[in-house]
Amino acid sequence: MIFLNYFISGISLGSIYAIIALGYTMVYGIAKMLNFAHGDVIMVGAYVCFYAVSRYELNPFLGVVLAMIVCTFLGIIVERLAYKPLRQAPSLAVLITAIGMSYFLQNTALLLWSSNPKVFPSIIGRGAFKLFDGKLSVSHITALTITACIVIMIILSLFISKTRLGKAMRACSEDKGAAQLMGINVNATISMTFAIGSGLAAIAGALLCSAYPTLMPTTGALPGIKAFTAAVFGGIGSIPGAFLGGLMLGVIEIFAKAYISSQLSDAVVFAVLIIVLLVKPAGLLGKSIQEKV
Amino acid sequence: MKKILTCTLLILAMTSCAFGAAFKIGGTGPLTGGAAIYGNAAKNGAEIAVEEINALAGDVTFELRYEDDTHDAEKAVNAYNALKDWGMQVSLGSVTSKPAEATAAENFADRIFALTPSASSAAVTEGKDNVFQMCFVDPNQGSASAQYIAEKGFAKKIAVIWKNDDVYSKGIRDTFVEKAPELGLEVVSETTFADGNDNDFSVQLTEAQTNGAELVFLPMYYQPASLILAQAQAMGYAPKWFGVDGMDGILTMEGFDKALAEGVMLLTPFNADAKDEKTQNFVKKYQEKFGEVPNQFAADGYDCVYAYYQALTQAKASADEDAEALCGKMIEQFTTMTFNGVTGENVKWAANGEVTKDPKGMVIKDGAYVGLD
Repeated sequence: MIFLNYFISGISLGSIYAIIALGYTMVYGIAKMLNFAHGDVIMVGAYVCFYAVSRYELNPFLGVVLAMIVCTFLGIIVERLAYKPLRQAPSLAVLITAIGMSYFLQNTALLLWSSNPKVFPSIIGRGAFKLFDGKLSVSHITALTITACIVIMIILSLFISKTRLGKAMRACSEDKGAAQLMGINVNATISMTFAIGSGLAAIAGALLCSAYPTLMPTTGALPGIKAFTAAVFGGIGSIPGAFLGGLMLGVIEIFAKAYISSQLSDAVVFAVLIIVLLVKPAGLLGKSIQEKV
Repeated sequence: MKKILTCTLLILAMTSCAFGAAFKIGGTGPLTGGAAIYGNAAKNGAEIAVEEINALAGDVTFELRYEDDTHDAEKAVNAYNALKDWGMQVSLGSVTSKPAEATAAENFADRIFALTPSASSAAVTEGKDNVFQMCFVDPNQGSASAQYIAEKGFAKKIAVIWKNDDVYSKGIRDTFVEKAPELGLEVVSETTFADGNDNDFSVQLTEAQTNGAELVFLPMYYQPASLILAQAQAMGYAPKWFGVDGMDGILTMEGFDKALAEGVMLLTPFNADAKDEKTQNFVKKYQEKFGEVPNQFAADGYDCVYAYYQALTQAKASADEDAEALCGKMIEQFTTMTFNGVTGENVKWAANGEVTKDPKGMVIKDGAYVGLD
């Protein structure tokens, strides 16, 4: 039974990684850039939600919607100011800019909201479903996070495969130059990708902070890195891959903590990542694309 | 209003002229970043002491300057250098342990005397004759906690959760675990976490619970502790909780459900509820000026400035002397004097810079700290 308890803890941690990883992978899959500021957009979303709910006593779901709106605009502005001018630059330059953006957002948050940690009010309370006479418990927030992950995953997949805009996104992802020649507005498409990715970040922020309720300007940074790892694990660019990678990373982390050593859990997680990447360089569900020379 | 202000400023300027320059006292601490609550508290406490002392307009007056180190060793050294350029004569070291280890080495090399309010790691003072501490050194906190738990008979079976990438947490855990068996306490579960995975404590708590721990010892800062308390409640696990001075501050977190911390015990040298005049005066002034109840770090900062005041007065030091001359005098004073402050009576320092004073047990009751004794 303890094993099952650990498994559920792993799933609940993993579901948080998964929902963050969805945003990472979506932006990477289309814009082909690692948006390291994603974790910090999550933090901004969480702060907006925090202030809406605990200061202005808004309904938590309205708070999340408000956070999504703010983050969507933030995503568009960040893309317009920091990434768009670098569209033709080498990918390394864009990567460094993204890291810079991440620090910029963290420090702005520090000035605006100070460094004192705040305790986030859970958006759906702290209850749990009890199974097997209360021996197992699945918290409501875990159930909500997994449901949200699956819903988002399905909507995103449908959006990308079925809609015109989704088609344009796939075209940009394959070849920006050719897409432009076919009459696709590449800039607008990439801006749209960032808008969607950042909107997702707001949801992830509210769920992350509902599960682990301290909120600081650095709150998004570390889960962001872990989620990035999860996205790579599952195959970066693949939407189901991010979901699977997130869940597996969470479960491995908890099992490593429980059965190997709480000191070495991160080492074990990354060792597993290295092994997976050695066997399947594109990640679990990633497609390896041959470059034509 | 403006006139009164200018007048007081003028008077202040004149008095400081009349009695010669003030001693330049500087320190670094996290004024921003995750540990900002400590840095700002120590700075605020020191400010109040400086104001009080300068208002006396005696032979010893101070000019205080605090620089931000964001709890980062490298930034702390930069901040220290800025203070040195400013002409710092005596130093308040750094507020937190990691940066303090870095600045203490500079203090030692530059022969600038340092008295840190709250950097409690043993490495801060080790091998340095001119670096002193106002707070307990970590090893003492660990053994004192074990002793306190054993004496009061709180529990026999104990779980320890500590942060393995933090010298502060490790130092306390080491001596606690070493001392516990001697006192008949059994450490039944010992688990760790680090910066990257300090969100989920379900494994650590499940392990403590299945091993039947009656008390969980938390040698850490309050931020992870708040997560542990929340997750334990969600699990339905309710052991006794025992923290150290880093737990101080948990009640002032915005949005924190104080009911979660009900019954949490901690060992800290300062009790804001104490009835003595000195503490009450300090608490009242702090509340007036900063709008909150001072924590232990504020009290440490306050005491540091007063300890300097006592030492400089006794040594008949003058503010014209350079840092090195003052350093010699301060070493002599601090190793011989006895100090009474808000964080303890009969405070004495050993030649290695460690302080001796009695820790006070506190418990959180109805959302406030109450003395246990």
